Amino acid sequence: MAKMTLEDLRKLREEKKKEVEKRDVSGKSIEIIVGMGTCGIAAGAKLTLEAFIDELDKRNISNVIVKQTGCMGFCANEPTVEVHKPGMPDIVYGRVDDKIARKIVDRHIVQDRLVNEHVFDKPSTDIVK
Amino acid sequence: MAIKNYILVCGGTGCESSKSGEIFENLRKEVTAQGLDQDVQVVKTGCFGFCEQGPIVKILPEDAFYVQVKPSDTQWIVAEHIIKGRPVTELLYDAAKDKGRVRIKDVQFYQKQYRIVLRNCGIIDPRKIEEYIGRDGYSALEKVLFTMKPDDVIEELKKSGLRGRGGAGFPTWQKWSFSKVVDDPVKYVICNADEGDPGAYMDRSVLEGDPHSVLEAMTIAGYTVGAHQGFIYIRAEYPLAISNLEKAISDSREMGLLGKDILGSGFDFDIEIRLGAGAFVCGEETALMASIEGERGMPRPRPPFPAVKGLWGQPTVINNVETYANIPIIMLKGGDWYGSIGTATSKGTKVFALTGKINNSGLIEVPMGTTLREIIFDIGGGIRNNKKFKAAQTGGPSGGVITSDYLDTPIDYESLGKLGSIMGSGGLIVMDEDDCMVDIAKFYLGFTVDESCGKCAPCRIGGKQMLDLIEKIAKGQGENEDIDKLQRIGHAMKRASLCGLGQSAPNPVVSTLKYFADEYKEHIDQKKCRAGKCKDLLSFSIIPEKCVGCTLCARVCPVNAITGEKRLPHLINSEICIKCGECYTSCKFSAILRS
Repeated sequence: MAKMTLEDLRKLREEKKKEVEKRDVSGKSIEIIVGMGTCGIAAGAKLTLEAFIDELDKRNISNVIVKQTGCMGFCANEPTVEVHKPGMPDIVYGRVDDKIARKIVDRHIVQDRLVNEHVFDKPSTDIVK
Repeated sequence: MAIKNYILVCGGTGCESSKSGEIFENLRKEVTAQGLDQDVQVVKTGCFGFCEQGPIVKILPEDAFYVQVKPSDTQWIVAEHIIKGRPVTELLYDAAKDKGRVRIKDVQFYQKQYRIVLRNCGIIDPRKIEEYIGRDGYSALEKVLFTMKPDDVIEELKKSGLRGRGGAGFPTWQKWSFSKVVDDPVKYVICNADEGDPGAYMDRSVLEGDPHSVLEAMTIAGYTVGAHQGFIYIRAEYPLAISNLEKAISDSREMGLLGKDILGSGFDFDIEIRLGAGAFVCGEETALMASIEGERGMPRPRPPFPAVKGLWGQPTVINNVETYANIPIIMLKGGDWYGSIGTATSKGTKVFALTGKINNSGLIEVPMGTTLREIIFDIGGGIRNNKKFKAAQTGGPSGGVITSDYLDTPIDYESLGKLGSIMGSGGLIVMDEDDCMVDIAKFYLGFTVDESCGKCAPCRIGGKQMLDLIEKIAKGQGENEDIDKLQRIGHAMKRASLCGLGQSAPNPVVSTLKYFADEYKEHIDQKKCRAGKCKDLLSFSIIPEKCVGCTLCARVCPVNAITGEKRLPHLINSEICIKCGECYTSCKFSAILRS
């Protein structure tokens, strides 16, 4: 490590900020939960998950927690994704590939509009709890 | 590839001693073995504060809070949580588990806390400077060096209302401005990390978990008062804190955040560590400076105050670890923001080390003005084994007790002073009905008598005399006039001792006398100790009607003082008995009488 100038310090801070911020969960109100059961993974949930993380990073959205969960029991429509956002209904999206994932970020998270064609259900109450 | 899960393992001394190091290594190996090292990052962080339930492992983004994790659990955690995405319920913290929740937010221990000083503890890896920088680290320094004048820094501190967290509560801005106005080319900045109160470990945890925040604040102090050299005086008993500090200092030097021409600003500042040998008196600022100079650690009269004439006779700013840890964030968010937290005279937050007969021992940070009831019952989870709360002791050997009548007092410097205690550095020891107040006073006084440097007579002789009197009372030989004597000597020590150690040494006695005079009376008049702590006042005997002759007591007795045939009532020979109480606690038939 060489001595830093002010610019170096600022650059390093920006670079690291994203990474470290993810560890702080306070103030993060939006959740995206990706079903990563065997069925989900087989249907491409890993790519979906990566697309969410990548898209959120690109847009510098930091108040969203991207989580994984097991099979949501909706195997016919995998990969399934559940989105919780305050002020919006809790939604389960089905058949979410990486393109749709990016669309969900754009519409649901940013513009507060549902991605209608992929809304499959509201989560049943026992999942919500 | 993006990281999907973070596994944070507590690397504080508490968790480290219950094998968190091994857990960390195992988790890393397991993650690599599963081919997940691109998806999962394992980080060793500073103290989470929830030491009661350590070792602690936290997994993000689910925020699952695993407690009492064993090295052998690691495979399980990776297989279930990381690969299958379902929390390992068995290892989740109980209170959260009952409600079917896994998140740290739901753990009541954390709900009433407000973390400023501990903002990075449990989040960053303290040995990686990049992570501190990623948490806005060194941006306060940047702001101060390039956009603020020394007077602006002092103005901001004044607005914040920050007061010394070492115990006395002197306004920090005043201390700094006293040093600043002295015209002298050589000045020093010292960080007092000689944490010595029994049961207190706030400073250790900050230095272990977030060493850079202290370095950054000391550099800001140097810029403000015009000093170019800093010293951190830390006791050698804190090996992990020292090692993390050394790493932090060498990283900062390498990156040009310490040393010559910091960030190209033209300002020079460097920091060195000085190790103390663990003498309590060296926490007193003048004794601490004598120790740095290589002299015997003894206080000297003040004034002159260190701010004007300190280390090697030069103006010296000396602050406690926790005080420094507040400063970067005050500079960043502004004094007004900080001043909006807390009470009228005490601003910001305070870190307390909760110990004693409490369910959740650990390190907590609450806004000033939080009541003792909230700290003990909401955050601390109440008294162990559903016993009755008797008193809380704050300020260690220099403080006093607070009884249940005052549980709802908002805690700040003034309100604690009014109750005859002090804020102190933040030790908070909870006592229940099994604690004897005479015994507590004896313990603390014994500590200060041991640690007195012996330079001034009031402390050296007064302390010893008070201790003799207390011991006499605890042995059941006390007389009524002893109480009066204790108060008179205590008064003299307070007025005449040279430094804070002697001035505050009588506090535990005076305060227990004030609130628990009846217990002292009982010891003197009836030769009785209701808590059963003062051994000389106890005698153990067996109630023949209740004894079934199971022989358990005879077996546990370490000195073979109990005899008797099987299935026949036993007998205790009081001449051999050492009153250890083993028989009393082990008897299943309540046949042992303690009187």
